[in-house]
Amino acid sequence: MRPAVGLRVRGLSKAFRETWALRGVDLDLGPGETLVLFGPNGSGKTTLLKVLATLLRPTRGGGAVNGADLVRDRDRIRRFIELLAHGSYLYEDLTPRENLALAAAMRGGRPEAGVIAAALERMGLSEVADERVRTLSSGMKRRITLARLLVGSGDLWLLDEPYTNLDREGSKVFEAILQEHQDRGGMTVMATHNFLDGFKLATRLGILARGRLILDEPSGAMTLQTFQELYALRAEGGGR
Amino acid sequence: MNFLTLAGHILRKDLRIEARSREGLNTLLFFSVLIVFLFRFALGSSEVQVRQAAPGLLWLAFILTGLWGMARTFQIERDNDCLESLRLVPGDLGGIYLGKVLVGCCLMLATELAILAMFGIFFHLDLWAALGRLVVVLILGTVGFVALGTLFSAITAQLKAREVMLPLLLFPLVIPVLLAASQLTGLALAGEGLSAEPHWLRFLVVFDLVFLVLGYLTFPFVMED
Repeated sequence: MRPAVGLRVRGLSKAFRETWALRGVDLDLGPGETLVLFGPNGSGKTTLLKVLATLLRPTRGGGAVNGADLVRDRDRIRRFIELLAHGSYLYEDLTPRENLALAAAMRGGRPEAGVIAAALERMGLSEVADERVRTLSSGMKRRITLARLLVGSGDLWLLDEPYTNLDREGSKVFEAILQEHQDRGGMTVMATHNFLDGFKLATRLGILARGRLILDEPSGAMTLQTFQELYALRAEGGGR
Repeated sequence: MNFLTLAGHILRKDLRIEARSREGLNTLLFFSVLIVFLFRFALGSSEVQVRQAAPGLLWLAFILTGLWGMARTFQIERDNDCLESLRLVPGDLGGIYLGKVLVGCCLMLATELAILAMFGIFFHLDLWAALGRLVVVLILGTVGFVALGTLFSAITAQLKAREVMLPLLLFPLVIPVLLAASQLTGLALAGEGLSAEPHWLRFLVVFDLVFLVLGYLTFPFVMED
């Protein structure tokens, strides 16, 4: 039997004590798909990404990535996900080159120096590749975290506000990288507040409100304006 | 990834960071000098008093500096949420614990040797004759302290009151290590062999093994949600 490919989530709920951050989320994502999630602050976007990354255990429901269960097969899932979270995961006293090499090594990879050099060059970091991270701007640091995507080999990218601190040039490079990932059949779940850029990258659009996935549609099904109107009505109107 | 490879990555990373920032070692050495100075003024020049108090004072200095080192073990992982990225490492997370124990032992032993040298100079103690035995005691005592300290440092890393909680949790449990290590240090300084009181030696070895294994086995649960 062929192993299941893709992300499949059913009835996923997560509670922090009395507060439900996610309520019965159902989600399917196939190869080459990019789901861009929109939602107000506190709607559960980051929690969903962390559950998918196996950093948090679901309280109810569950799911699988490429056939590996979110709870039972955490170790397997961690081999094929890349998480870009709020924190940069960078060691300030290491250089960008060392940070990338370490990140790859900690995932069990052994990237060649050429792969790391190419990733640094792609992100415009060649000149500062051997400077300590603490001397770099927040935009540069963001580029290093994006370069990690190029060095890693994850099928599923989980991106939380990837545009934060990126300038126009950085945003363009990121979009090109994401497009290549899509073309290779990679899957992406991205959370953002940036309608314009998020809409551009999505193959699927989702809205999370109060922990519920209240909309999950192919991006071709509506225009940006229609989507924004829908968002204003359903998410900012309470999502009920 | 097996736990030894993971431990090696952690050890190399932390030592490289320490070598560059020197934040930990510099502060530990400064603190050590301060403690030895204070002891020197408190005890005066009475050789008898110094000989009697030396083992306890040495281990007091080691533990106070070591506690500061333990608090720092996961400090570098808290910055930029690096702790979260460690939790995403596929494989045996016990390797992270082992790596952190090795780093802690390296830093603490370096500080201890510096304190020992200062103690010898300030109190006119001839440590050369006892150096071999002292190093054995230092290693055994340090491993026990760091094995426990690393585990509690990880447990308290995400707490707001971690500076208070770490010593509160750690001190009562390391008292046996302090007792055994200071007894053996006293023997070594008196020029006797460690086998003169073998039960303390055996106790330290067993304590180290038990808490290393316990730390290794429980650490993954500490790291997970």
